[in-house]
Amino acid sequence: MFTERTLQEVQEAREKWEREVGKARRQKAKKGKRFSTVSDLEIKEIYTPEDIKDLDFSKDIGYPGIFPFTRGCQPTMYRGKEWTFRMFSGMGSAEDTNKRWHHLLKEGETGLSTAFDFPTLMGYDTDSPRATGECGKCGVAIDTLRDLEILTHGIPLDSVTTSMTINPPASILWAMYLVVADKSGIGWDKIGGTIQNDMLKEFIAQKTFMLPPEPSIRLISDTIEFGTQHVPLWNPISISGYHIREAGSTAIQELAFTLADGIAYVQDIIERKKLDVDSFAPRLSFFFNSHLDFFEEVAKFRAARRMWARIMRYRFKAKNPRSWWMRFHTQTAGCSLTAQQPYNNIIRTTTEALAAVLGGTQSLHTNALDETLALPSEFAATIALRTQQILADEIGVTNTIDPLAGSYFIESLTNRMEEKAWEYIDKIDNMGGMLAAIDKGFPQMEIADAAYHYQQQIDKGEKVMVGVNKHVIEEKAPPEILRIDEEVEERQIARLQEVKKERDNRRVVQILSDLRAASKTDKNLMPYVIEAVKEYTTEQEICDVWRDVFGEYRDPGFY
Amino acid sequence: MNSGRKIRILVAKPGLDGHDRGVRVIARAYRDAGFEVVYSGLHQTPEQIVAAALQEDVDLIGLSCLSGAHMYLFKRVIELLREDKADDVMVIGGGIIPEEDIPKLKKLGIKEIFLPGTTLDNIVGWVRDNVKPRC
Repeated sequence: MFTERTLQEVQEAREKWEREVGKARRQKAKKGKRFSTVSDLEIKEIYTPEDIKDLDFSKDIGYPGIFPFTRGCQPTMYRGKEWTFRMFSGMGSAEDTNKRWHHLLKEGETGLSTAFDFPTLMGYDTDSPRATGECGKCGVAIDTLRDLEILTHGIPLDSVTTSMTINPPASILWAMYLVVADKSGIGWDKIGGTIQNDMLKEFIAQKTFMLPPEPSIRLISDTIEFGTQHVPLWNPISISGYHIREAGSTAIQELAFTLADGIAYVQDIIERKKLDVDSFAPRLSFFFNSHLDFFEEVAKFRAARRMWARIMRYRFKAKNPRSWWMRFHTQTAGCSLTAQQPYNNIIRTTTEALAAVLGGTQSLHTNALDETLALPSEFAATIALRTQQILADEIGVTNTIDPLAGSYFIESLTNRMEEKAWEYIDKIDNMGGMLAAIDKGFPQMEIADAAYHYQQQIDKGEKVMVGVNKHVIEEKAPPEILRIDEEVEERQIARLQEVKKERDNRRVVQILSDLRAASKTDKNLMPYVIEAVKEYTTEQEICDVWRDVFGEYRDPGFY
Repeated sequence: MNSGRKIRILVAKPGLDGHDRGVRVIARAYRDAGFEVVYSGLHQTPEQIVAAALQEDVDLIGLSCLSGAHMYLFKRVIELLREDKADDVMVIGGGIIPEEDIPKLKKLGIKEIFLPGTTLDNIVGWVRDNVKPRC
């Protein structure tokens, strides 16, 4: 981007600057202090054209909406359409969550996102002994189609998109959503949304797993194939770095492991389903964390888009530009929030959200100030939504696309993120791909090392957490938090029993037996799952068939 | 008596909660502090946790729960230890636990609750001060 002559002048000026102001600089800089990102990447005092001398404008930066997409995946970005304000919410019963959804939509939320409780996430019904005490605690409890009907009551499924954070039973919850659309007379070509459906990061980080890796991947390929053919506006997977980061990874690990997961899925669908890469790749979507280190995050988002474009174009030989683009949702970092002085969390979430916006996210969840204490209260969730609205409407950051491009520091950091992430991807390729790496515990241990290192830095005061290891005060009473009524569990079990009594149980038995037979073949299982949920088969009844046919994955307990 | 024996700790995740960042960091801190550590992995029932504690002959069980189900799960572990006449095994807990639940948990028999923001030194120090290897 610079002529030899410019670079020569820059170098001379730098040397002069170092000579003439060097002494004062050295005296003023704090002795022994390291300057590093939250991920502990060392940062220089100043960046100049010398740091990006090899950068090629067209190849590396370019324009939004075209290869390599560094500046954004749409040509108009937020001038054409704001990012989706998508608040992750779910608590207690389907009624409770439906009420919260209507509240958030009324306040200007533009997309829905569902938090499920642990039994739902793990494929257990509320009346399972494994589920005792968990109902509605960490999200909404869904056992059958009846619950999803209540959850989506009054929601215009043809104009609002819904994201569902669900993994092993993703196909079941998606099938319920499709059946609700059917019953409301809305065609599958009119509904949009996302199922997370990313099992690799479950084994690596989030740890809601059910089946061993191989059958888990098979179920995912089934959903992606089905979506491509029947639900064209749906994102049948959200390849997620969010949980990798929450588990304690660095920004580079988040970037590298997420892309390596993406590579593994694409490879699997091509091999297993014999599909042309361009037939499904445009519907792949991603999900990242936005953590505290502002510039590191912006650089990570820009590097992620550029790397995915290169992977799809050069590694998988995709021809459709839509296969090259990376669309992603972002959530601010839950792990960056503190239980101490919880109102400070509003500020942390604001700057994290700003990094996501300057990084070009398509969709955003902002955490509520009280999330280290409980599920968000309505008051706290509304402030979190307002945070996004203020960023979108008041501060001018949506006026121009990728405003930080061309900054010596940002471009140099974007390059560094990419370079280091490629090193990880090469290492994983050499191990035989992500499944083999997970089997060895490689990403799990890399993350555990980073998490422990970070905690030690906090304990020693090398990294600051205001309210925890600096500016600590005697705490006043914490804000009023949301509590889940213990009766939610009793009511949910009563509803489940009622549904089981009313449905055609002979038909359910037949469908489950058909599902079992199909599971042993390589048939796409989505049509069977849809038939099952239509008859009010419970989530666990379906999952039990799979646990029986495929076996269960047990946590190796790496630490 | 076996006074030279190291403190043995079972760190465990009861219930369906998958948030294991904290528990794995603490397992390492205990190990680095010289304790013997058993981590039984995710998704353990209270029955499995108590059986592992007895089999491994531990002095302390550290429970971690971030799902909100601590009132049921922690209580159940204490009840099962009593049923097995093993209530000399100390139990502590940590995670996302509302302050108002802490006195209730202590009344049940949980010796201490550690909340987010606690340093590793604090937790390790508490164990050194309060747990003696059982003979």
